[in-house]
Amino acid sequence: MIRFEQVSKTYPGGFQALKKVTFELPPGELAFLTGHSGAGKSTLLRLVALMERPSLGRVLINGHDLNKIKSRQIPYLRRDIGMIFQDHRLLMDKTVFDNVALPLYIEGFTQSEAKKRVQAALDKVGLRGHERKYPIMLSGGEQQRVGIARAIVNKPPLLLADEPTGNLDPKLSLEIMQLFESFHQVGVSVLIATHDLALVARMRHRNLVLKDGFMIDDGLAGSQFDPLGEELPSWD
Amino acid sequence: MGLISSGSSKKSSGARSVKISFWRRLVMFFVTNLQQGIGSLGELSRTPWASLMTIAVLGLSLTLPATLYVVVKNAQSATGEWDQAAEISLFLRKDLQTQEIQSFRERVRLMNEVETVNLIDREAGLREFRESSGFGSALDYLQSNPLPDVLVVVPVPEYRSSERAQRLLGVLEQEREVDSARLDLQWLQRLQAIVNVVENSLAALAILLSLAVVLIVGNTIRLAILNRRDEIMIMKLVGATNAYIQRPFLYTGFWYGVIGGVIAWISTTLMVWWISASVAQLTALYDSSFRLAGLDFSEMMVLWLVAIVLGLLGSWIAVRRHVAAIEPT
Repeated sequence: MIRFEQVSKTYPGGFQALKKVTFELPPGELAFLTGHSGAGKSTLLRLVALMERPSLGRVLINGHDLNKIKSRQIPYLRRDIGMIFQDHRLLMDKTVFDNVALPLYIEGFTQSEAKKRVQAALDKVGLRGHERKYPIMLSGGEQQRVGIARAIVNKPPLLLADEPTGNLDPKLSLEIMQLFESFHQVGVSVLIATHDLALVARMRHRNLVLKDGFMIDDGLAGSQFDPLGEELPSWD
Repeated sequence: MGLISSGSSKKSSGARSVKISFWRRLVMFFVTNLQQGIGSLGELSRTPWASLMTIAVLGLSLTLPATLYVVVKNAQSATGEWDQAAEISLFLRKDLQTQEIQSFRERVRLMNEVETVNLIDREAGLREFRESSGFGSALDYLQSNPLPDVLVVVPVPEYRSSERAQRLLGVLEQEREVDSARLDLQWLQRLQAIVNVVENSLAALAILLSLAVVLIVGNTIRLAILNRRDEIMIMKLVGATNAYIQRPFLYTGFWYGVIGGVIAWISTTLMVWWISASVAQLTALYDSSFRLAGLDFSEMMVLWLVAIVLGLLGSWIAVRRHVAAIEPT
């Protein structure tokens, strides 16, 4: 689903966020992306969502070279990627329903179809009955789940999550992660950037580790790796 | 469909089953347009003052050229009538016999270029002059009638243009019986030139004001775009095209034009009504019952169209520059 080939990203001003990163994420896999702050996790996700272009190397999604995608095609690519952010990125002046339905409206769904799908998505994240509320009336965990509902409402084959549990307590975090696991079980590829190592250890999925822009572990040899164990690369 | 799922492994990914037919898309395109159009009208009411000021600027800016246009139009219709009344006055020599005058008159009447000939003999001329000039009693002191007989020649319509009437004048001037001839066109030409100057200044003014309207609308829309920067970013993140994001703003510009055009109608009508009082006074002094004609239906439609086009143009310039520049971070 995602393939990085020797990808480097240098920001204007010379900061090198990613250095020759190579890895492959097969379709339908759930993987974590861990590393200290500034290790390049967000940059990596932003390259996948074409919010940034690589300075060197190639990023391929489903065999499509992102370097060859013109900017006017980017919206269509993003419709196939569900993105979840630490700060939820919800429209505060719109209801939960309108927030979740936004990708459907953009794609041209009718109101009745959109309604069915929004209901299903809200059901999935456990927010049935909150359609008419505004995001400000919800707790942080609920807001995050609205964001997740929005990301999955048009059933994208790929989900990207950037610190989705960053502001949540351990119990809520686990619930959110289990939600991602359920999407993974129906065949969605999921890539989650997080620094919640305890959670990563519990989930027992592939773990990609970034350090100072290098990918020091692509998680393939790593089922024997215990992120909390002795072999853990020390990036603190 | 999306780029990822268009790949060969669509089936294997198995997660995506979105399919919308072309016709459904087309219908939804118009439905979405309608929704966004009406939605942006609602957006106007959310910021009533800012919208109203921009709309008022648009409407009032168009009022000035529209009112001047009405004035020029009326001036043209007035001078147009005068242009049609090109008459040639032939002042005959005083030593002619009545017989000679009659035969000359007949000769002129039979010319192809001439429609009617009217003889004002010297006695009738004196009478008319006495009545209309106000020198009545002074004229009594004259011992003889100083006026010549005058033939007033009206050319056929094809010979009424200034150039052709001039040529006819040249021909008639050569006649033995004619002392002097006059075609009163020069003042008409001057008037025409003045009208041209006014028209050109009006066009320049209209262009300048239109430009100002476009800039003001553009600036208002620009602020609206920047106000909704976060929303635009989010929409881009979930796959909205620039066209989709731009449309509500273009509709806002459209509504500015629609409402601004109506304001321009109203204020132009008020201005014309205001001016017509003084015009009536002026024309009364010339013994004329000239009435100022306002904008007719098609001119009102043109004014409306201009307002809408300016509103759209202003918003188009703003969205072109600013929507594309907002990138999600």
